[in-house]
Amino acid sequence: MSALDILAQVLRIAVPYLFAAAGGVLSERAGIIALTLEGYLIAGAFGAAVATYYTNSPWLGLGAAVLLGTLVALLHAIATIRFKADQVVSAVALNLLMGGAGAFFLRLMFDSSANSPRIPALGDGLGSGLAATFGQPLVWMAFLALPGVGWLLGRTTFGLRARASGEYPQAATSLGVSVPRVRLTAVLLSGAITALGGAYLAFDQHKFTDGMSAGRGFIALAAVIFGRWEAPRAFVACLLFAAAETMQIRLQGSPLLPSQFVEMIPYVLTIVALAGFVGKSAAPSALGKVDA
Amino acid sequence: MSTTQRFSWEESLLPPAMALAIAMVVGDLLILAFGASPGHIFGMLLEGTWGNAYGIGQTLYKATTLTCTGLAVAIPLRAGLFNIGAESQLAAGGFATALAMLALPAGVPWPLAALIGVVAAALGGGLVGAIPGALRAKFGASEVIVTIMLNFVVLAFLNWVVAAKIHVPESLHTPEIASGMVPRFADFSATFRGSAANLSIVLVLGLAAAAWWYLFRTTAGYELRAVGLQPAAAENGGVRLGRTWFRALTLGGALAGIGGVNYVLGYKHYYEEGFGTGSGYLGIAVALVGRNHPAGVVLAALLFATLSQGGLAVNAVVPKQLMEVLQAVVILAVAICVPEVRRVLRNSAKAVA
Repeated sequence: MSALDILAQVLRIAVPYLFAAAGGVLSERAGIIALTLEGYLIAGAFGAAVATYYTNSPWLGLGAAVLLGTLVALLHAIATIRFKADQVVSAVALNLLMGGAGAFFLRLMFDSSANSPRIPALGDGLGSGLAATFGQPLVWMAFLALPGVGWLLGRTTFGLRARASGEYPQAATSLGVSVPRVRLTAVLLSGAITALGGAYLAFDQHKFTDGMSAGRGFIALAAVIFGRWEAPRAFVACLLFAAAETMQIRLQGSPLLPSQFVEMIPYVLTIVALAGFVGKSAAPSALGKVDA
Repeated sequence: MSTTQRFSWEESLLPPAMALAIAMVVGDLLILAFGASPGHIFGMLLEGTWGNAYGIGQTLYKATTLTCTGLAVAIPLRAGLFNIGAESQLAAGGFATALAMLALPAGVPWPLAALIGVVAAALGGGLVGAIPGALRAKFGASEVIVTIMLNFVVLAFLNWVVAAKIHVPESLHTPEIASGMVPRFADFSATFRGSAANLSIVLVLGLAAAAWWYLFRTTAGYELRAVGLQPAAAENGGVRLGRTWFRALTLGGALAGIGGVNYVLGYKHYYEEGFGTGSGYLGIAVALVGRNHPAGVVLAALLFATLSQGGLAVNAVVPKQLMEVLQAVVILAVAICVPEVRRVLRNSAKAVA
């Protein structure tokens, strides 16, 4: 195992985090809580696996992943924006829904409660080295996702409106910005981007497995918060958490440091950051507020 | 006065009723997609839950845990705080009670041992609840995020302790406890044989009553609700926000922790990794559907326990995950209907006036 192989492993583990954190930054900066990232990941993985299985085309699978992720995001948007449902409750419900629906439809479609049949994947046959890792379309897309969201938020009219909707919705409204519409767009985009991370998980294992998101959406959310809701910092946080996970995998069974303690790193860092021990950490001021 | 009374009743009962109706429709469609008959499946569900002593026992057992986690969410929510940490608070409570029983010298009479077990569970869960409470009170850290993150930290920590220090070889659980076991229903009536139901349910019903008394009949409970409704006004009235937040989350954690008694003292007699998986998150659903009222929480816990146990009853024909989907639909529908019903009722009240 060379250092480059380890680096490649870190980058591969970071892929779903990078996509989901990009979705998380976008949604939360527009004022809608992104606790749904886990559900979007499941949607993406399921959509990719099912569509690829039936069409035998990973690219169509990718399209289906984006579609399904957007659809789940649409549910979150309708519940929270149109009906003003509590955002945390809506997110908890959607995560539960996607967890159950994944297993339900696995059995409906493939008569298996554990996993889908094997599917071909994007970037098949490239190997696992560093160069081969970057040969996979979803890997370099993942590394563009957060810079892309950063550009969108910081350099475009839509981004300005989204940030205004997340910070001062009344002011945005008084300037003629339709806050509900801006938020809807941000949430739908968030679902679409995050679903790419789910698709990567399905392609990586060549199948959809019940519970395959395994809390990655929450780690990505941790990266968003630890990164103070800023794209570049969230990017670094994702790589940091992926490095910790790589270390955990490599330390498995070693008496040096129990893997459970390495597993805690992202969560402990996030709690510490929230308590304000590492500089000021401020959420968008209208985040999660109903009736904005 | 009488009109506001009437509205508050409608506001409380309409959303859960509408949510159940929506869930029934979704459930019918999914069952039809599976090529089964909805009537047949719902019949199986009722038969497997309330149709025989074993089913009743299992449903009551699940409802007992869910009442604890439901109260653990409901009480902080009355103070305006979201406790998403019931999942790990429950585990910590179960672990603490097992640890206390293992440390107890032999020969302690069971009621005393069980009491010590309950206190240990409350302390274990309360400790996990106190952390987000303190961070919220001191630093204004979002309790939503802290409780979620803490779930992962606490569960990983407990997994490590059990795996590295005290597990029975070839298993993920602690040794069996020798004292403090709570009698099971099956000890009194053979028809309940094999079911997990035990007398913890009496304790938990008592806790629900105590929670009601606390919320609606004590000064501390009044302050807690005032902070939830109008924090600024409560503060002006002399209520200390930080202290109330801390108290609400610690109390919530303790209640979730006591849920661990149901499993450790009442059922398996050991702590096992992942024993309450999902019960903490379902507690959010229970609190929401029960409208944060202890009586409502008990009823909602019965409903969600029926769906969970019913899933097992129908699993041979349709996947048990159907019930997870329906639980999610109920939560989402209530979340949508609550503000909607309120708006419609307010508008019609205005139209009449």
